[in-house]
Amino acid sequence: MTAVATPDARKAGRWLYVTSVVLLCAWVIVPLYFLLINTLSAPEDVQSYPKAFFPAFDMGSLSFFVTFNGMIDALLNSIMVAGLTMILSIAIGAPAGYALSRFDFRGKELFRLLILLTRAFPLPLLALPLAVMFIRTGLDDTIIGLALVHTTLAIPFAVLITFSLFSGIPMELEEAAWTLGCTRLTAFTKVVLPLILPGIAASAIFAFVISWNEVFAAAVLTIENRTLTAFLLVKLSEAPIHLKFAGGFILVLPALIFIFAVRKYLFAMWGIANR
Amino acid sequence: MAEIQIKNVAKKFGEYQALHDINLTISDREFMVLLGASGCGKTTLLRIICGLETATTGEVWIGGRRVDHLPPKDRGIAMVFQNYAVFPHLTVFENIGFGLRMQKLPNDEVTRRVERVAELMHIEMLLKRYSGELSGGQRQRVAVARALAMEPDVILMDEPLSNLDALLRMEMRAELKGVLAESNTTAVYVTHDQVEAMSMADRISVMHKGKIVQAASPIEVYRNPAAEFVAGFIGNPPMNFLPATATGNGQWRVAGQTFDGPDTEKTLKFAIRPEDMAPADTGLVAIAKVIEPLGAHLLVTCDVDGGMFRAVLDSDTTVKAGDRLTLAPQPDRVRWFDPETTLAVA
Amino acid sequence: MNARFLPYVLIAPVTFFLCVFFLYPFVLVANQAFTADGGYTMENFREVVSDWKFPISLQNTLLLAAAVVPVQLALALLMATMVNRMQKGRDLILYVWTIPLGISDLAAGIIWLAIFEQSGFLNSMLDAVGVIDKPANLLTYQNPWIVFLAIALAEIWRATAIMLVILVAGIGLIPKEYYEAAEVFGASKWKQFLRITLPLLRPSLQTALVLRVILAFEIFAVVAALGGTLFPVLMSETYAYQFDLLNSGAAAAMALIILGISIAATLVILRALRVPKGATI
Repeated sequence: MTAVATPDARKAGRWLYVTSVVLLCAWVIVPLYFLLINTLSAPEDVQSYPKAFFPAFDMGSLSFFVTFNGMIDALLNSIMVAGLTMILSIAIGAPAGYALSRFDFRGKELFRLLILLTRAFPLPLLALPLAVMFIRTGLDDTIIGLALVHTTLAIPFAVLITFSLFSGIPMELEEAAWTLGCTRLTAFTKVVLPLILPGIAASAIFAFVISWNEVFAAAVLTIENRTLTAFLLVKLSEAPIHLKFAGGFILVLPALIFIFAVRKYLFAMWGIANR
Repeated sequence: MAEIQIKNVAKKFGEYQALHDINLTISDREFMVLLGASGCGKTTLLRIICGLETATTGEVWIGGRRVDHLPPKDRGIAMVFQNYAVFPHLTVFENIGFGLRMQKLPNDEVTRRVERVAELMHIEMLLKRYSGELSGGQRQRVAVARALAMEPDVILMDEPLSNLDALLRMEMRAELKGVLAESNTTAVYVTHDQVEAMSMADRISVMHKGKIVQAASPIEVYRNPAAEFVAGFIGNPPMNFLPATATGNGQWRVAGQTFDGPDTEKTLKFAIRPEDMAPADTGLVAIAKVIEPLGAHLLVTCDVDGGMFRAVLDSDTTVKAGDRLTLAPQPDRVRWFDPETTLAVA
Repeated sequence: MNARFLPYVLIAPVTFFLCVFFLYPFVLVANQAFTADGGYTMENFREVVSDWKFPISLQNTLLLAAAVVPVQLALALLMATMVNRMQKGRDLILYVWTIPLGISDLAAGIIWLAIFEQSGFLNSMLDAVGVIDKPANLLTYQNPWIVFLAIALAEIWRATAIMLVILVAGIGLIPKEYYEAAEVFGASKWKQFLRITLPLLRPSLQTALVLRVILAFEIFAVVAALGGTLFPVLMSETYAYQFDLLNSGAAAAMALIILGISIAATLVILRALRVPKGATI
């Protein structure tokens, strides 16, 4: 670009830019819209042809989903496992994130390596030996057992995210609290915690979504107490197709809400965790 | 009664020796400024007094009590931070009252003390605001008020004015000095700004490479620098140095001129402040290079015997680049330094 | 508490947790992979590698990764730079583009099933414009390329968002002054992208690529939803060994093979995008 662009060329560029943004948005939204149409169609209509391009707002598929044997239990299991994962990964991960952001200690690099290693490893594969281990300890096919595995998945993220969140709170604020009569603990609860709480909530939600979406380990580790993903996976080949779509819709729904809730933090979280 | 005694304090960060064997006594109600360039160890020393940093060796005593193993909250100190550290989630009132609440003082006592220091710092109209709604200068006032509200024995300040613009800094300097004088606390104040140090301090500790080079009153530090570093660091522009050779019986040759000096056999350096010279018939021969009119004075950078030399002359002096000047130093203002030890020689 | 021990106390729970649920099972997998009939052996590896499905599933996995990851990278870079110069509606657009981040691979597979199944939306659309008369069954063994395309599209749709997030965060860290300086020196927007954005984005590119490539080798549920057994990949084979064939040794060997490929890919990416020491922002 040697000369200044002519008004026409700039207009064309502008038009191209807006069109691409709209197309890319459509690329994300249209498939979701198709799923919505299928979910809100009567079971017969799901297999009809050609498809209507507007939802019929028939609750047949969803009510079939709700009454399908074992489905509600699977949904409850998913919520419980994800909730437990959320609590565990923050309770265990946040202290380490704090330690990484505030202290220089011997072995810090080794510790970071361990965290990164877990991120670079196909973790669901560990479900295989864990299945054996859990049978021995009686954790097999339990909510807690699966939540522990999902926590392993979520912990590297919890550590890195809380690390970057804590790094965003100036050390001076804590030091000021110490000089004003706080111990390390009270300085944390009175100064750091109130400031960090929204961020912690965001990373907790992130942990929830990781667990909610996980398929492989859930399928390997549960038999009677299936989570929703594991249940759908097992039923993929046999279930009627409208059940799949209704299940997929239920899977997607919390994701939409959660990403909206944490959208402010998504980028800040990765900005520092990257380096 | 809060005298601070620092005994043989040294600090190492890994292999890096940040402080070497520091000994310093700060008397009760004294305003002590720790002055030095960045990295000289002044902030580390302040943080050791505060308890935010632990000394590798040595002892810290405050008010006759050994405190180096106590956490900051048990040392009877308060601190003002460089970036103010005003808690963003609390109102100005709760910020100032934070320390008092930690001491579990009754509500009316907290309110009374917060209002008193807020008035003192002229921020009584800001008490309901949050930190995000304050200007830098106002935040600064909150930080000082918060420290004063603790009614501490010792108040520690880490470059508290360095983030303010020049005009505000000058205003706060005078105000802070007044407030602290009234509060009867011992103050330790870290800065790299020599004007701030000169104008506020009862005593200045000039620090360099982890050591206190000189601890004395501002005028003493200025007039009688204990070492070449102090002479070069304090004063703007700094002191001039010229090589000198002894000719015997306390006589020295400096750039072709003869001066009276210490009676010693060593080689010494001759030193004179730029403002302690005046044009005269005899004196050091200088070729003017750059003339900078500064309003009240004229700063002339010139060449004396092949080296750079500065003189601050009366603004009426007519001089232009290339002129030859003869500058006569005031005899009682000439100082001598030993280049080997870099220390002053009487 | 003493500040010297505090950090160790704080990292102890994570360390303990990862030792029990990460390192220990990892050792178990490794051990199991090399054990058969009570002795150390390569038998498990020989068994899985010599299986007729192994070359196909390996080829499928690698092809998918090779097709999906570059498209995702290009798309994510495009989206990130577009968002970067956006003044209005940035937050909304970013939200829309990051929605798939929260969607599981299984759900993504189901969503794209709605499009590609016989009475799905693709056929309906083709019908509406008159290209076809009756719906064709697309996801069958006669149409391996359509199966492949469906899986690849679902993956691109689902997992570009994670790269986008990492790259947007990374671009946000590049100071504006560099672009202003480049503009003063007469660099075009394209040149600015090539000479400033890309090189300074290397750490983020590293993270994004490593994460995506590893996840690409673990592809499982999308394939299960769209291809079923038509399109074997490494993870689905691992699953089959464990559950259908009840052969844990072989499953463990497969797991180690996937791990090996992941590590090799990670090393290649780190090497290719290494940042010279001191050349960081």
